[in-house]
Amino acid sequence: MKCRVCGQKAVVNMRQHKLALCKDHYLEWIPEQTERFIEKYKMFTREEKVLVAVSGGKDSLSLWDILQRLGVQADGLYICLGIDGPMSPTGEGLSYSSESQRLTEKFADERSLKLHIVDVQKEYGATIPQFALKSHRGRGKTCSVCGLVKRHVMNRIARDFGYDVLATGHNLDDEAAVLFGNTLTWAGEYLLRQGPVLPGTPGLARKVKPLCRIYEREMLAYALLRGIEYIYDECPFSVGSTSIYYKQLLNRLESDRPGAKQSFYLSFLEARKSGLFAEREEIQAELHLCPNCGQPTSTPGLCSFCRMMSR
Amino acid sequence: MVKLILRKQEYEVRPGMTLLDALKKNNILPEGVICTRDGKLIAEDEILKDGDVIKLIAAISGG
Repeated sequence: MKCRVCGQKAVVNMRQHKLALCKDHYLEWIPEQTERFIEKYKMFTREEKVLVAVSGGKDSLSLWDILQRLGVQADGLYICLGIDGPMSPTGEGLSYSSESQRLTEKFADERSLKLHIVDVQKEYGATIPQFALKSHRGRGKTCSVCGLVKRHVMNRIARDFGYDVLATGHNLDDEAAVLFGNTLTWAGEYLLRQGPVLPGTPGLARKVKPLCRIYEREMLAYALLRGIEYIYDECPFSVGSTSIYYKQLLNRLESDRPGAKQSFYLSFLEARKSGLFAEREEIQAELHLCPNCGQPTSTPGLCSFCRMMSR
Repeated sequence: MVKLILRKQEYEVRPGMTLLDALKKNNILPEGVICTRDGKLIAEDEILKDGDVIKLIAAISGG
């Protein structure tokens, strides 16, 4: 298999694009594609300040790398969740959070990038597994508590430090898996909100997903070829999760029909754009401001995060 | 023989087949992995040679 650009030996073959590339041309192609999607979906301009949520995984670190190469002003935010040691499901010898933090700090140091670090236990008094045990929401639903805390912290840091945009490393497989789950239950409100850009509202930064058109496998190839050191181990709480199961199902489909995942996601975006779903205004709930933290919430009174904290 | 390693699992295949055939033979979806030999990425049409050790890196992550 030869590189379509130079004819040298290809190292990555993307069947859905009928495109094979050598290392050098692949490392050029991924940032070009990312830039194309940033522009296509009007994610942000070069003048805006971007905060990248980095977990220490391949996608978010690669996104940060790509944004730097594109000349975007992008600082990082790492949220230490405290998923270490005896609070883990396996209970022993685990260092998921500490290792992912080490890799993120190393990445930032080597490139002289600005990194905000928020330690959930130090700032809010408990780790994510501890919150999950205490909270009603989190009994057996650690991922739900984790998502709630991460969203709150990301919004807070973006607001407090004046970032215009919050960028996350969600790739096409992440988006297709969420879409698949929401389609199975026809979760209309969630389907309406899903997309490359979630517009900002007063008190909430715009959220963007610059990698939403790139397959997870392609992001892995980018991280490996670029020599980015990332945390390979899964979050122990995500093992056996529904999202991973959906990704595996979609990959089976992709194997038989190259391009199926991409087509599923793109057709959804087109359908939404052409009005298949209700207009956003028709079902969008009125937003209120949480009297405690000041972040927008769909119901009057404390937001979900502050309600959890008050228990 | 050729050895394929995915996380803690090892598979053996005969040399002479393509990487794609080796993956399929062991029910490993090519869409879910990137394959490396001696630390370098290889494409799925690569013919596997006797003694090759192919490390498969899982693409799927969650959380």
